[in-house]
Amino acid sequence: MPETKLNINDHVYELHSPVGTTLAEALRDELTLTGTKIACGEGHCGACTVLVDGVPTLSCITLAHSVDGARVTTIEGLRDHPMIASFVRSDALQCGFCTPGQIVSAVALVEASAAPTSDEIKHAVAGNLCRCGAYPKIEEAIRTWQD
Amino acid sequence: MARLIRTEKEVEGRYEEVWLVVEEDALQQWPAGAREIVGQPALRVDGSERARGEAIFTADLRLNGMLHTAVLRSPYASAVVKRIDVAPALALPGVHAALGVDEIPQLASECNYEGSAVAAVCADTLAQARTALAAIVVEWEIREPLLDPDEAVRRGQFVDGGDPRLRERGDYEQGLAEADVVVTGEFRTAPVLHNSMETHQAVVQWVGETVEVHISTQYIWGIRDAVASELELPPDKVRVICHYMGGGFGSKNEPDDYTFIAAELAKRTGRPVKCALTRREDNVNAGNRNATIQRLTIGAKADGTLTALGGDFVNAVGWSGWSSSTEGPMQMLYTCPNVKTTTYGAQLNQPPMKAFRAPGFVEGTFGLEALLDQLAAKLDLDPLELRRKNYADHDAADSRPFSGKKLMECYRRAEPHWERREEVRARSTDTIKRGVGMASQIWYGGGGPPSYAWIRVGSDGRATVVTAMQDIGTGTKTAMAQIAAEELGIPLAHVTVSIGDSARGPYGAISAGSSTTPSMGPAVRAAAADAKRQIIEIAAQRYHLEERVLDLKGGQVVSADGNLSTSLAEVVGLLEDAQILGKGARGPNPTGMQVLTFGVQVAEVAVDIETGEVWVDRIAAVHDVGRVINPLGASSQIEGGIIQGVGHTLSEERLHDPRTGRILTTGLDAYKLPTIADVPEIISELVDEPDEHLTNLGSKGLGEPPIIPTAAAIANAIRDATGAEVRRLPITRAEMLRALREQQERAASERPKEKVGAPAGS
Repeated sequence: MPETKLNINDHVYELHSPVGTTLAEALRDELTLTGTKIACGEGHCGACTVLVDGVPTLSCITLAHSVDGARVTTIEGLRDHPMIASFVRSDALQCGFCTPGQIVSAVALVEASAAPTSDEIKHAVAGNLCRCGAYPKIEEAIRTWQD
Repeated sequence: MARLIRTEKEVEGRYEEVWLVVEEDALQQWPAGAREIVGQPALRVDGSERARGEAIFTADLRLNGMLHTAVLRSPYASAVVKRIDVAPALALPGVHAALGVDEIPQLASECNYEGSAVAAVCADTLAQARTALAAIVVEWEIREPLLDPDEAVRRGQFVDGGDPRLRERGDYEQGLAEADVVVTGEFRTAPVLHNSMETHQAVVQWVGETVEVHISTQYIWGIRDAVASELELPPDKVRVICHYMGGGFGSKNEPDDYTFIAAELAKRTGRPVKCALTRREDNVNAGNRNATIQRLTIGAKADGTLTALGGDFVNAVGWSGWSSSTEGPMQMLYTCPNVKTTTYGAQLNQPPMKAFRAPGFVEGTFGLEALLDQLAAKLDLDPLELRRKNYADHDAADSRPFSGKKLMECYRRAEPHWERREEVRARSTDTIKRGVGMASQIWYGGGGPPSYAWIRVGSDGRATVVTAMQDIGTGTKTAMAQIAAEELGIPLAHVTVSIGDSARGPYGAISAGSSTTPSMGPAVRAAAADAKRQIIEIAAQRYHLEERVLDLKGGQVVSADGNLSTSLAEVVGLLEDAQILGKGARGPNPTGMQVLTFGVQVAEVAVDIETGEVWVDRIAAVHDVGRVINPLGASSQIEGGIIQGVGHTLSEERLHDPRTGRILTTGLDAYKLPTIADVPEIISELVDEPDEHLTNLGSKGLGEPPIIPTAAAIANAIRDATGAEVRRLPITRAEMLRALREQQERAASERPKEKVGAPAGS
C-alpha cells in the first residue's frame, strides 16, 4: 500500500489509509484529529475546510493521497490563533459544528488580507454554511480579529 | 414541599393534562433591570472548546472497537419488501452483523415513505458497511403513493390524532354577515428541512446490563425513557450522554430508527456501534417542517375592527407525526369574537414531519399576517394601526389573562423602523421596487416543571451546577452559569456547569418549545439559593451574627450594617473537604394564566420586477420574552431565527417528484440554505421586563419567537413595494413574477371603475 506523507500542523505523518480515503477521513479516523468536521461529505457546506499549502480546501472531497507531500493546517493547528478568541468574543458560534471550518476559512482570508472588507469576508466564507445563523457575528469576528 | 397537582402541560403548542409533582418556588423575583451578571452580556462558557475543535460531538466519538453502520432504506414512497436476503452482506470483509426486516420493529417490510428502513449492516469501517449493504438482495412490490394533501383530506386519510380539529368561538357566520369587507386568500408553504450541521446519529454500547446511548439529542431524558420503553429496560439501565450537539431545531427530540438499529447491533456484536445518517439520509428521513395549505377569510368593519376569522388548514404531515397548530396564530393573535378554524392532518406517503422551530406558527403567521395586510390595503388603513386596533388584552380563545404581555410596547419600539417606509419606497427605481412590511408574533415559551438542578460549593468558593440537560447551541449552559453566579454573588468565571449525562445529574427539561431557560433557569436559581442559605448559616455561626443580616455579594460575605465584609473563600475555606450542596426545583406555572411570548418584525425589501428577484435588506425585530438573562446570546438567537426565516421565505424548499414522490433536494447543492451573503442587516431589541407571574426569574424562551414573523413581514414588505400578493413560501422568482402579473391584471381590470378619492391617511 503506498504511503502518503503529510505535514499536518507542523508534524510529519505517514498515512496508511487505503487509496480512496479522503483527507477528512484520514484526519478524523486515522489520526483522530476530529476538530475537522464532516457535515455533508460532498463539498457543499465547508465544515471540513482545512488549509492545504495555505489554501482553504474541502477535505471531504480531497483524496488524501492526492495531496502527498503537502502542508496541511487543521483547526488543531490554529488553536493559538487570535481568530479563535475573536469568534468567542463576538459570539460567532452557536452549536459550533461548522465553526472550525469557518475559522480555517477566516484565517486564510486574513493571512492574505489582514483587514478585509465586508464584501471580502462574505466572499471568503460564503462556502461555509452555518445553520444556526451566526453569520452577522462571524462577519464581526473576522472584521475585529486583531482587536 | 412537594405537591401533586393536575395541570395542563404544553410542548410545541400541544397540550396534555398531566399529574405533576411540583415544588413550591419560594424565591422572590429580582427587581427588573440588568443585575451584576444576569442581564449583562456574557461570552459563551463553552465557546472556546467549540471554536478550538476540542468539543467532542457524537460524530467525533471513537470508542474502542466501535463498528460503523449503513442502513438500507426504501427508495420508494410506497412499497412492500416481498423478499430480502442479508446473507450476501454477512459474507463480505469486515462485516460483523446484519439485520433484515422484522428483526426489530424499526425495520419493517411495509414502507410507507421514502427512507423507511428495511435492513442494516455493521462493519469495521463505514466503507465496508456500505459495500455490504449493496450486496443485500431485496425484491420490492412498488405501490402507487398518495402525495396530494387535498386528496388525502377527501379520502379522510389522516395521521393518528390528525382528524379534523374544529375550533370555534362566537358565531363565525354572523361575524361575516356583520363585516363591511371580507378578504380571502389561499396560502401555501413548502416543506423545509432542518439540516442541522451534525446529522442525526447515535453510538450505542452495552456495559453489563446498562445500555449507554451517546446521541446528538435535544432531550436526554426523553431518549432515556423511549429507549427504556422500547427495549423493556428499567430507565436507570439506560444512560444517555450528549455533551455537545450540532444543532437540532426540533428534529432531535426522539431516538428514531438509527438509535434502535445501533442498540440491536451493539447487543449482537458486543461492540460499540455507531449509526450515523448521511446528509442525504438526513434530508429524507430525519424530519421536516411539513407543507401546509391555508384557505383563509377575514371579515372586518370599515374601521378595521375584526368581526370574523376563518380558516381551513391542511397539514401535509407525511406518513406519521402530528398535525401542528397552524391555526394557532389565527386563534390567538388578535381579539375577534367570531373565529372558526378546521385543521386537517393529511397522511401521505412522505417522510414523517418533525417539530421545526415553532411548528405551525411560522406557517400560520405567514397566511394570517399576509391576509391582514390585504385587508389593511383594502380599507386603506395603516397595517400597524390595524394590529393595534385588534390587540388582545387577554387570551381570546379561553378568556384567561396573560401572565405578561408587552406586545404593545414591542409595537411602540418598532415605530422608528416602521416610519422608514416613505424613505425606503422613495429609493425605488423603474425596475427595483422597495418597501417595508411588518408582522406580529405570538408563541408559547413559558416552559414548566419538572426540572431540577444541584449545585456544589467547595472550600475554594467556586460553584459547580450539575443537571442532566443538554445545550444544543442556544447558550443555555452560559445562562445557567450566569443565574447561579448572580444568586451566589460570585464571578461568572467561578461557576462551572456540568451537563449532558443522565447518570450524572437530575432531570433536565427538553431543549424544545423555547422552554429550556424558563424551565431550567428557576431550578438553577433555587439550587443556588439553597447553597447560599447554607453558606450564610455557616457564616452566622462563625461570626456570631444573625442569618437575616448576612448576604453574599461580589464574592464577599457581608452584613447589613457593613461591619462584616469577608471573602466567600475565607468562610467556605472552613469546609476543607466538606461541600455545600444545594438543590433546586422548577416551581409551577401561574394557575389560570396563559404564558406566551410576543413580538414584531419590520422587514425592508427590494424587488426586481423584471426578474422577480427579492432581496431582504433589513429586518428589525422587537420581542417580549420577559427577563433577558444574556443579551449577547439573545441577540444571536434572534439573528439565527431571522436568518432561518429568510431561508424559509426565499430559497428553502424540499422538492419531490410529483409522480413517484421521491425527494429531489437531498444534498446541500440542491437544498438552498442561506449563506453569509444572504443575510440582511438585522436590528434586534428585547423589551426585557420580567413576567411578574412566572417563576423566580420572569424569563421566557427565545429559541422560536424570532423565526415566526419573518416570512410574513417579508411578504408584506413585497406588497408594500409592488402591490403584489405573494401566496406561497418560498417566494421563488416564479412566484414573485406570478404575483406581479396577477397584480397587473387586477389593476387593469379595476382601472375603469377606479374613482379618485382622498389620498391615503398615512
